Amino acid sequence: MSWEAVPGYVEEREAYGETTVVVERERLLEAALHLRDEAGFNFLADVTPTDYLGWDRPRVAGYWADPRGRDINTPGSWGLQSQPEPRPRRFSVSYHLLRLESGADTAPRLRLQVWCEDGDPVPSVVSAWPTADWHEREAWDMMGIPVEGHPNLRRILMEDDWEGHPLRKDYPLGGEPVRFSDAE
Amino acid sequence: MAVAEPKSAIYEGTRVPAPIPTVLQVDPALRETGDILEVNFGPNHPSTHGVLRLVVELNGETVVGLQAVIGYLHTGFEKNMEHKTWWKAITYPERIDYVSFQNNELVFVLAIEKLLGIEPPPKAQWMRMLLCELNRIHSHLVWLGTSALELGAMSMFWYCFRERDAILDLFELVTGVRMHTRYFQAGGLAEDVPTGFDDECRAFADTMQKRVDEYEALLTGQAIWLERTRGVGLLSAADAIALGQSGPVLRASGVDWDLRRQQPYLPYDEVDFDVPVYPNGDVYDRYRVHMDEMRQSTRIVQQALEGMPEGPWIVDDRKIVLPPRHELHTSMESLIHHFKLVTEGYRVPEGEVYVPIESPRGELGCYLVSDGGSRPWRVKFRAPSFVALEATATLMRDALVADLIAIVGSLDTVMGEVDR
Repeated sequence: MSWEAVPGYVEEREAYGETTVVVERERLLEAALHLRDEAGFNFLADVTPTDYLGWDRPRVAGYWADPRGRDINTPGSWGLQSQPEPRPRRFSVSYHLLRLESGADTAPRLRLQVWCEDGDPVPSVVSAWPTADWHEREAWDMMGIPVEGHPNLRRILMEDDWEGHPLRKDYPLGGEPVRFSDAE
Repeated sequence: MAVAEPKSAIYEGTRVPAPIPTVLQVDPALRETGDILEVNFGPNHPSTHGVLRLVVELNGETVVGLQAVIGYLHTGFEKNMEHKTWWKAITYPERIDYVSFQNNELVFVLAIEKLLGIEPPPKAQWMRMLLCELNRIHSHLVWLGTSALELGAMSMFWYCFRERDAILDLFELVTGVRMHTRYFQAGGLAEDVPTGFDDECRAFADTMQKRVDEYEALLTGQAIWLERTRGVGLLSAADAIALGQSGPVLRASGVDWDLRRQQPYLPYDEVDFDVPVYPNGDVYDRYRVHMDEMRQSTRIVQQALEGMPEGPWIVDDRKIVLPPRHELHTSMESLIHHFKLVTEGYRVPEGEVYVPIESPRGELGCYLVSDGGSRPWRVKFRAPSFVALEATATLMRDALVADLIAIVGSLDTVMGEVDR
């Protein structure tokens, strides 16, 4: 089945038996309503933002290190056998859709995806699937995706006055930054 | 037995609040009367199943405003997993939902296996199914014991925890630990099934069928229980789908949907079981779904014991699975594989997958992104408890304050999974 009729269609990918339809960020809500009403995807299972910062950094087989030594806390520092496919922008937001019919024999699924840079607003899909409410708040809280048109866009897991977005790749993994005497 | 005759009118209305679907706002005209009392229910309250906080606005005894506040148990599991090898990260998911640990472990392992493109041997698959169903009974027992306790049925707690302990004993027999077993791993199981498990598990399954009847004898027809649960916390099928509900909450709203049937993952298509569906969408029907599911899970456990195939319990792929211990003393290759797997771990091909399973709480999904390295680039869990709490504002609309406890309990949420 081709998904070219979806508004804002950019491309579609088939991998691991899953279909991903990428649409333009600005026309996400249109695409969502089309998929809900025309294609019957009445159930939004999940909204997942992913940060691809550092994805394109050259990584070679063997251990990757800079002159100060090996930094095992940098993503991908353990060496890759091949360079991963480049990503178009820093963030992806994936919407996992499901066609849920009571008593049906199958569970057709589709991944709707948009790509954005830091600070690009992504339209809210709460009007298409009310369950997106908390998922989008989590996307804002954890990854800093500014969701446009959300009725109640506040932090959900962190405190209201928290600074930063913990699941971003440039956010440190816990603890206070430590300075050693020989670092300067 | 699966589908009971509806006893009261099926609720079909739509009550999702607008414009914010998860916040019930007080009518401004009502607020002007000045009789609105704001109460914090939680985060430290014995009936909130952990650290849920509900900001409730009351008009007398009636709930007119409600907002769920979560995040008190946020520990950053997903971030931590990005910094562990695939192998080590398996220990994290089971701590996310600490009541249905086997199922959480399973979804992560299934997602890794999907990226790796490996299929575990049949014995491992059947054993996984058996343990997941035992874990479903375990989870439902914890739910039943605590929820009934909150409504005053003290003795249920002791009875449920007696059987729960028997299940934990079985887990200990197989895996060496009672909870957080880390028994599943990419490619199969961590160890072979021990001798004696078959008899012990069969004995447990035989008693469990009778035990569910005993629980039902105490609760199902009891006047107080019926009074507290029937017609309370209504959720229609349309609202349940719009709010993304899954699992027992969805099935109690009359939607016949179970991923074990619609999207079979382990050998669930080779065993016989019914999917309980009840139409009224109230607390009582959610209770009935849980009770029937315990019976069905016991049936699956019995069939899994009968059908358990012989053979290997893990794939024979030295790039993913540790070599047998005895080979380390005689084979240089095995020693190298052992060393590489323990230090660096296996590499998982680049790609993104979303793997959903039917956990005791509903659709549990795992979204994985791999860059081809030995650690996950991104892990995200679609937590059914997180989504279940989105329905609080709809369910508690115009409820009495005493019913809040019954309704929160019926959603069967585990806060570890909500906050991750």
